Amino acid sequence: MAADSTRLVDLVEEFVTGQTDSKATDAANGVNSGQFTILQLVEALGLSLTSSESQTRGRGVQLLSQVLEECYSSLSEKEVEVLVAFYENRLKDHYAITPHVLRGLKALAKCTMLPKGSAVSILKSLFQDVQVQSLMLAERSCVYNILISLMESREEELKGLGPDFVFGFVQAVDGERDPRNLLLAFQIAGNIIHRGYSLSQFTEELFEVTSCYFPIDFTPPPNDPHGITQEELILALRAVLTGTPRFAEFLLPLIIEKLDSDMQNAKVDSLQTLAACAPVYGHKELSEFLPSLWSSIRREVFQTASERVELAALAALSALTSCLSRAVLDSNSQDALQGFLDLVLKDCQHHLCEPDLKLVWPSAKLLQAAAGASYRSSLIVSAAVLPNLLEQYNSRTQCAQRRTLLEVVQGFIQPTARSWPVEGVESVLLPFRKSLCSVLFSALAESNAGLQITATKVLTALGQQPGVLTEPDVETAVDHLTRLVLEEDDAQVSLAVAECAGALSRLHPPPFASRLVPKLKDKIFSEPTVRGNDGAALLPGLGKSACKQRCMKALASVSARPSLAQESAPVLLQVLTSAHKGSPVFSAEEVICACSSLQTMAAQAGDDEEIGHFFHDVIIPRLLSLALQAALQGEVSGDRSPLTEQTVLSALVPVISTACAALQTELATQMAANAVRLFLDGDASFLQENDYRSQIQLLKSQSESWTQSQLVCLLMACVCSLPHSVDVPEIDRLLGQLEELSCTSTHPFSYTSAAKCFAGLINKRAPGQNLDGVLEKTLRRIQGTLDDQSSAQRVQAFTLLGWMAKALLLRYHPLSTVLTDKLFSLLSDRRLASQAADTFLLLMSDSPDVLNRSCHADVRIMYRQRFFAENSSKLVQGFNAAEPENKSVYLKALSHIVNNLPRQVQLAELPSLLPLLLEALSCADQAVQLSTLCCLQPVLLDPPPALSAQLEALFSRLLALTASPSMEVRIATLRCVHALSRLPEHTVLPFRARVLRVLALPLDDRKRLVRKEAVAARGEWFLIGSPGGR
Amino acid sequence: MSWGARLENANPLIFQRTGERPLTASEEDENVADPIDDREIFDLIRSINDPEHPLSLEELNVVEQVRVKVNDEESTVSVEFTPTIPHCSMATLIGLSIKVKLLRSLPARFKIDVHISPGTHASEDAVNKQLADKERVAAALENSQLLEVVNQCLSTRPA
Repeated sequence: MAADSTRLVDLVEEFVTGQTDSKATDAANGVNSGQFTILQLVEALGLSLTSSESQTRGRGVQLLSQVLEECYSSLSEKEVEVLVAFYENRLKDHYAITPHVLRGLKALAKCTMLPKGSAVSILKSLFQDVQVQSLMLAERSCVYNILISLMESREEELKGLGPDFVFGFVQAVDGERDPRNLLLAFQIAGNIIHRGYSLSQFTEELFEVTSCYFPIDFTPPPNDPHGITQEELILALRAVLTGTPRFAEFLLPLIIEKLDSDMQNAKVDSLQTLAACAPVYGHKELSEFLPSLWSSIRREVFQTASERVELAALAALSALTSCLSRAVLDSNSQDALQGFLDLVLKDCQHHLCEPDLKLVWPSAKLLQAAAGASYRSSLIVSAAVLPNLLEQYNSRTQCAQRRTLLEVVQGFIQPTARSWPVEGVESVLLPFRKSLCSVLFSALAESNAGLQITATKVLTALGQQPGVLTEPDVETAVDHLTRLVLEEDDAQVSLAVAECAGALSRLHPPPFASRLVPKLKDKIFSEPTVRGNDGAALLPGLGKSACKQRCMKALASVSARPSLAQESAPVLLQVLTSAHKGSPVFSAEEVICACSSLQTMAAQAGDDEEIGHFFHDVIIPRLLSLALQAALQGEVSGDRSPLTEQTVLSALVPVISTACAALQTELATQMAANAVRLFLDGDASFLQENDYRSQIQLLKSQSESWTQSQLVCLLMACVCSLPHSVDVPEIDRLLGQLEELSCTSTHPFSYTSAAKCFAGLINKRAPGQNLDGVLEKTLRRIQGTLDDQSSAQRVQAFTLLGWMAKALLLRYHPLSTVLTDKLFSLLSDRRLASQAADTFLLLMSDSPDVLNRSCHADVRIMYRQRFFAENSSKLVQGFNAAEPENKSVYLKALSHIVNNLPRQVQLAELPSLLPLLLEALSCADQAVQLSTLCCLQPVLLDPPPALSAQLEALFSRLLALTASPSMEVRIATLRCVHALSRLPEHTVLPFRARVLRVLALPLDDRKRLVRKEAVAARGEWFLIGSPGGR
Repeated sequence: MSWGARLENANPLIFQRTGERPLTASEEDENVADPIDDREIFDLIRSINDPEHPLSLEELNVVEQVRVKVNDEESTVSVEFTPTIPHCSMATLIGLSIKVKLLRSLPARFKIDVHISPGTHASEDAVNKQLADKERVAAALENSQLLEVVNQCLSTRPA
């Protein structure tokens, strides 16, 4: 014990007179480990604490405070009481000691053992003895932290202080300037307001002392270590100002005043603060200020130059309206909401009668914002506005005016989340149903495309609301839509009609089944598309074909419901059947359109089980048997059915694969078994019309006939898109035959499809010896063929190699590096080099029909990045080692890879790649130039810092390319130069004169598209470093 | 905006914008030369912002395609513009913006003439004279405040 106390005295001595700061930690450790108590420390400090030298006293208090900061949690109540009394007393001491005293008090305020009454006495002495704003930054922060700690733990006691607490805080914070402390001060003010401290006569003082910062304009210094943003301060202050309705009488005039400001940020902040008030305030607080608030909001929307201000103003209006909607009606006073909306309607409604003038839109937006605030407000606004608008529509004759009016109506039709009628309450539109429908149907009957499009959108919105449209209305609407599908050839109208029909058919299937589908079917099978001998007859024929295709697409878009799918899919199947039989004749384009419509249908169905069954049971077997019939018939007779054409088969693939990907496990297993039996054994028993002759040998490559072997693409569609849970039966035999077909067939479509199918299967196959065995065997064969320079089947082997590499790369299979290395080595191959470069495009991009995520393929995330990280150095080495005439192949491969990387990776890798990309820009191959430019342009839009070192090289190459003989290169170059104008001004300003001089030449380019880009780029470059520019 | 809080014409007539020029096959054909035509000049100036409203000159009908004439062979361009009201104090500024836009966007060989449509402005002659005077146009662009306003009119609106 004695030893301890001498040690303690030594410690104190060393700290106080020896100025050794580290001793504080030792002392704290001593107290924490129980070697001595805090009171013993005070005793040991005795002399220094009572010294007449203020510096010594300061050191003494500093030591005590530092120890307290470490061990405040272990103090007893008695000790705390003594220490608090001591510290309170010390506040009266010399100003140099105050910082240490405050640190000690801050530690004590965190004590859980703080005795009753201490909190109040600490605060009283603080407020009495300390001039907070004359302290330094860190000490002020101490004071705020003391307040925060005490508010957390001693709320009741502080509330007992009454308004004195608020007054003390107001005095303490008045004049604070540091953003870090302001955040603390706002937190305290927020606590005062939200936790119910008594404000009484100091309400205005508290408001003044916080609102003087409004609106906050703060730009953090560069490299700010504290990371305080303007946004943080704004939100903290807003929480204070909008926290209580008692501030309303002060805040609302302030907001109105700040809305007059020229600063856009001040306006936006004021409007957002107003919107934040609305949920807290009631009618009482707002009523006095409503007219001025409204006129400010109206002014901002009517005259705004900025979308931000406009949006904020509309949100504020909506918030105000919804606040007033909550006001309880009492019998003798006027309805607050009605009164306010009358104001709004009076100022805005008459502008809606002038659809040509500018203010029609701002007025409509204001009214729509007010209407969207609540059910009641939408009721009032719709009742006032809609009849007027509809009447206007009927009295105007110009299409442009009618369109504007209808677009305005559209804004009132769609209820917002807040104005959606509650269960059991009817839609606000019900009283206007009849006149609305008559306007809509007349608009649909107009010949103006814009009007038709708007009308379909309104119709869609109307149809979404339950109970608005009656059955006859929907029927009339369906008739109009049908007519538009049949007659309107404008692409945008067709799109809008398809969307509208799709949306309505989900809610009202019967009229579509009974009216739209039969009419479209009649049209599709009307007279065959005759190919005229002379041009005159050909044109209407083309129009008819376009119409038939529109009908098929429309059929697909209305088939999201099983009942409709079962009506419309047979029509499309019948198209394929007729095309195969040759009567009535359908062109290949029409057949492809039927296929893509079927695919749309399958994609829309998603997980719908009923439609899945339908596809499994009816559509897929039908498609397979048609293709099979066509193939067999093509072998025998000379004339070929359109279903043997490669384009048609390629269109069938997505239909089957989309449908198969969505099948449930049980159906999928059955599908796999059926498909494998058909292709391996020629067993067609699951197809409806299975009277085929016995010699179906789909996977055998026959030298002169490929009609059967090309059907392997359909096998791929069936088995490569099934879910993971499904095992494909007899997979080894299947893989063997696919390998054989892909290596020996001479028909490109057949061997490519076989390679794809092979790849799709090995991508999903479970890892293990079986898989590795197959892979090694195939790889040996490919190697052998490729090594034999004279072999006729090198291209086939190469194709299989590419697809296999992709399948394995996607699943991170260890063998994939062997395959990709082989591809790299082929870049120097005499005949295959260019194709090998293109294979990298295949590896890096998503292929549409196989090995993608929608086919349930095993695709690891970020495989592209990984591939790039592992292989970019090989490319660079290969490039450096290659013969000059061979270098472009490497650049081509590189640009394929880089183009497909995600942007973040591109940006990260740019520093290392830039030299090579610059090299590629000066490479003579135009394809390489173009692909490099396309890769650079998006990167330049958000340029990485690494670029600035290379600007000179980049500019000289780009500016040289503006005179390229290829127009596409010129265009892409100019886009890059345009993008470069966004770089920080100081980096590009030195190039301005040069760029402007060079860009003057393409202004006179012979191609208009080049001139257009040159004008855009040069215009932006003129603005750099010029007043009013960026 | 810096000049005058009140707009001279707060609720002007709005006209529809023409769509993008449709792309023709010959424009994409490397071997065909496309001459500079009226529409191309109109496309250059139609998207210039009005100094007062957040609207383009086309939407305010200040410029129209029929009032744009170009002769590619003789390298001349003539643009007439129509202020929204006869006393519009912005007329000179609008004319200057059009002129500057054309100077920046056309090959140097062109002679550019910008003037007010006859009979649509109170001080038509004075404005036309100003716009035709090369020295005065150059001097105006030396004035950084004026240049700032012109640049704002010419900057593409953030989408």
